Amino acid sequence: MLSQVSLDKIEYELSKYPKENRQAAVMSALRIAQAEQGWLSKETIAYVAEYLGIPAIAALEVATFYNMYDLQPVGKYKITICTNISCMLRGSDEIVDHLQKKLKVGFNEVTEDGQFSLKEGECMGCCGGAPLMHVNNTHMHEFLTPAKVDEILGELK
Amino acid sequence: MSLHKTPVVADLSKQTLVTLRTLSESQDANPGNLKNYEKLGGYAQLKRIVTEKVKATDIITEVKTSNLRGRGGAGFPTGLKWSFMPRYFDGTKYLVCNSDEGEPGTFKDRDIIRYNPHQLIEGMAIAAYTLGARVGYNYIHGEIWQDYEIFEEALDEARKAGYLGENLFGTNFCFDLYAVHGYGAYICGEETALIESIEGKKGQPRFKPPFPASYGVFGKPTNVNNTESYASIPWILQHGGQAFQDLGVPNSGGTKLFSVSGHVEKPGNYEVKMGMPFVDLLEMAGGIWHGRTLKAVIPGGPSTAVMPASAILGATMDYEGLSKAGSSLGAGSMIVMDDTTCMVTALKRLSYFFYEESCGQCTPCREGTGWVYRVLKRIVDGEGKMEDLDLLTDISNNISGRTICALGEAAATPVLSFIKHFRPEFEYYIQHGKSMVTGK
Repeated sequence: MLSQVSLDKIEYELSKYPKENRQAAVMSALRIAQAEQGWLSKETIAYVAEYLGIPAIAALEVATFYNMYDLQPVGKYKITICTNISCMLRGSDEIVDHLQKKLKVGFNEVTEDGQFSLKEGECMGCCGGAPLMHVNNTHMHEFLTPAKVDEILGELK
Repeated sequence: MSLHKTPVVADLSKQTLVTLRTLSESQDANPGNLKNYEKLGGYAQLKRIVTEKVKATDIITEVKTSNLRGRGGAGFPTGLKWSFMPRYFDGTKYLVCNSDEGEPGTFKDRDIIRYNPHQLIEGMAIAAYTLGARVGYNYIHGEIWQDYEIFEEALDEARKAGYLGENLFGTNFCFDLYAVHGYGAYICGEETALIESIEGKKGQPRFKPPFPASYGVFGKPTNVNNTESYASIPWILQHGGQAFQDLGVPNSGGTKLFSVSGHVEKPGNYEVKMGMPFVDLLEMAGGIWHGRTLKAVIPGGPSTAVMPASAILGATMDYEGLSKAGSSLGAGSMIVMDDTTCMVTALKRLSYFFYEESCGQCTPCREGTGWVYRVLKRIVDGEGKMEDLDLLTDISNNISGRTICALGEAAATPVLSFIKHFRPEFEYYIQHGKSMVTGK
């Protein structure tokens, strides 16, 4: 179900913990699985659990608890925008409006062509660069303006 | 560290660089690389204590003298915490670094990780030697993947250079350090929730006692400190605990990284001596933006009480200074609000955050945070009632002190302090169905 590259990455994560504590790698394993498959289906979560030798419910609990896991399909580019106080004070509402109009989607929706989805995020710990968003859980974009958002979206297409 | 190309924006001229001292070296590309750090005396302290077999008790005494207090927000004396770890234990002891900063306005540990990762690694290795820990984990906030990768690269550099791993400097001291990546849960900043998360579980805080020093990661003795605390250790051992204490004021030793966000001209991190007057720090951050007037400041992250301008303008930035002025230092996360800020809307957003991030384990927090949010939402929607203000106070008082962890207090503090200091704004909103400040 997962490629050898992903399995190797999971093995690297497992090497950080004592052999008898394979569950410790579940968060990384789910992250790696999500990066390969785009989102986490029940089957993928069960596969990860089986690979680690832990109950499927233990992996599902983790997948549902942490909010960077996607349990529904998302766009090729998932944009998560922070609207918490430091971002709000510096105009995140304007960025949200701009993104929603431009992409013609609301929060937790996917564009018709499947390219983008939009999510409201909680504090990302980078408030000095507010307002900000990140793409596919990996790339942080700070000091956003509507023009800068257009530029970033242009590069992603 | 090929990844590291982030320019440093802050003006360094008035800062006192301890945990970010590599910034004094080179600002263009890789200030945090191993060569730069070694040039500043990096890893010399680790080598000295390990090869000279300096006694653990002597190191703890030095840390106690420094008056370093936990930089994650609680302000607990680091030296005292270290003395709680059992000296003799038959099995692996663990060392954990809490880099899971996710409280709004907090972004200081990120700069240590991306600009000076080796000082953090050295600080952790020194702590490991002192406490007899064989394995360490640095738990890094989920949203900063690029910085996590920088840290992984720094670990690689340190292993190759012989600063981490087996039999360091030809002695029998061994220490393995790994990076762990969070995935979006504020609660994991609470140390026992973080430990649960390292073990691959939901981040739900544990009852204390037992404390991590006796029952931590995988049930083994574990010491947990914040990133900034560990990163202060090499400097303390190089210059002496007294020199660190002397940088600050009594009861607040050393420097502090302040994360300044919100309505200032130059948001960012500023590392300054403890006890700096608030007005000087505000000036370093360029003052209030657009030439407007200061209205309020949350000095240490939303779990600390909001202060009206009149209360903070005369305050100094240290544990006692802010406590005397009616709030607390927290993690040094200063959120600045100008006179165009609607405090009702601001509180509504903060209350949503605590509602979203409550782990759901304790009823008062799980139910109370949602209740507070719904009441604030109806006020902002123009459907508030005057008795809602007493209701908000009542709910908050019933969350506070009735939960396993401090998230309960953290959620209650903004509600109580916003209403206490800005009550007329809330009353106006309820009476008129619109904001007194924005008119909308």
